[in-house]
Amino acid sequence: MKRILVGIKRVVDYNVRIRVKPDASGVITEGVKMSVNPFDEIALEEALRIKERGAAEEVIVANIGPADCQQQLRTCLAMGADRALHVQADGIVEPLVAARALLKLTEREQPFLVILGKQAIDDDNSQTGQMLAALWQRPQATFASKVELDGDKARVTREVDAGLETLEVELPAVITTDLRLNEPRYVKLPDIMKAKKKPLETLTLAALGVEQRQRLKLTRFEPPQQRQKGIKVKDAAELVATLKSKGLL
Amino acid sequence: MSTILIVAEHDGTHLNLSTAKCVTCAAGIPDAEITVAVCAAQTSSVAAEAAALKGVARVLAVEHPANAHLLAATLAPQIAALAGDFTHVLGPSTTFGKDLMPRVAALLDTAQISDIMAVESATRFRRPIYAGNAIVTVEIDAGAKVVGTVRAASFQAAETGGSAPVEKATTNAEIPSHTRFVSVSAAKNDRPDLQTASRVVSGGRALGSAEAFKTLYKLADRLGAAVGASRAAVDAGYAPNELQVGQTGKIIAPELYVAIGISGAIQHLTGIKDARTIVAINKDSEAPIFEVADVGLVGDLFQIVPELERLLG
Repeated sequence: MKRILVGIKRVVDYNVRIRVKPDASGVITEGVKMSVNPFDEIALEEALRIKERGAAEEVIVANIGPADCQQQLRTCLAMGADRALHVQADGIVEPLVAARALLKLTEREQPFLVILGKQAIDDDNSQTGQMLAALWQRPQATFASKVELDGDKARVTREVDAGLETLEVELPAVITTDLRLNEPRYVKLPDIMKAKKKPLETLTLAALGVEQRQRLKLTRFEPPQQRQKGIKVKDAAELVATLKSKGLL
Repeated sequence: MSTILIVAEHDGTHLNLSTAKCVTCAAGIPDAEITVAVCAAQTSSVAAEAAALKGVARVLAVEHPANAHLLAATLAPQIAALAGDFTHVLGPSTTFGKDLMPRVAALLDTAQISDIMAVESATRFRRPIYAGNAIVTVEIDAGAKVVGTVRAASFQAAETGGSAPVEKATTNAEIPSHTRFVSVSAAKNDRPDLQTASRVVSGGRALGSAEAFKTLYKLADRLGAAVGASRAAVDAGYAPNELQVGQTGKIIAPELYVAIGISGAIQHLTGIKDARTIVAINKDSEAPIFEVADVGLVGDLFQIVPELERLLG
């Protein structure tokens, strides 16, 4: 069966204003809205579109994280994923651990494509996809804005600093998604009901043979430095005069 | 002693300025000895530029036909092979480094520290998370190899005038052929580079069309500035993706940043918080961009931009 594996992360919702705990031990996540990482939604949307075009038969969505993540996996099932794999893990899952777990899932499910978001909007690491590709010894096409499948190859357009780069990769491969790849669909209520009946399998890191090693200690969280309040000018002439007086023009 | 390997970013002819910023970051690590690896089909001109950076002790020139294009899949095994006894392996936090370095870290079986913005010790660094809304201090066990990407906007470029020796190096890394470069569409122009320009004029959704966005180029030319864009402007098709400034675009630190018709979403502000002076022009006096702007002007950009152009002419 031609399968696509999509990895998703549960993160603090895009619209939540982030606040650091007063004791510097972390960021406040209690009582805030949690969502599927937006880049991962784009990854899932791309997988669903590939399946809808007939180029894949099954879309599997996977998460490595605490029990609460099943909520986000259900959202993905409601979007259209066929089944979900939840690798339960409490505490911090570093990208290398996530990549090792995903590697085990690729060995089990034999996907021809793994699609992940290019980064999670909480830790902004942008590592997991690249690490998985390295461990899997397969190609990677990161920051994708266009994906074209052609037999046993994919042609992927990437958003890079210079502009748009196109790579040709042999499948299986890992693709990570950029913002402009697609616009994820909205979940409809009947689909949420249907998603409750879709299979969601629970696994553990230990059962997969992956050690949850934490190599980085996060010792202190601080709010960023605030900029000083600025001034308002009334028109273009005053703006130019102000910039000149600051030595900027 | 910390022995640091920096992976050079270049276009085959010139070193990217982000490499010089990595050198400054590396020089902040106590007792650092800095080596720059230049992987290319022909290394001579890039290696010479790397050797001229002050603080660099040595340049490793790795010539291989596969290095004609800097692809993560082909470079990572070479860098991992070179990494041997180095305590740190650093690359820039550009799309080049973001693509490559995690692949290197996984091959070396070590964690990566992304977007290093400050060095506190050989094993302790600070980095932004949540689109820069929090700064975290990260510590890795002494003895573990440190792989990291360097947030270029946080560091000045190392000066030139040095003369480090250039050594040819080869690796016995197995270079895969499963990933092939097809093309890159880079809009070449004579304007300053967005990532390194000292002045940037940036436009947002309020421009309303690609034609209107083009009027910013005239203003930018008057200022000798690079042109940037908000995500909304790029999504709407007013500007190409390489102009995007923000969390998922370019992180920049110009002397002067002029935000025109940009409301100032938090993801955009992440990309400009190191700018020395931020000017905001927006008709909505409540726009969040005014909270970070040093100089704000509330008004109609379609009147203000031509007037600025005239005043600066």
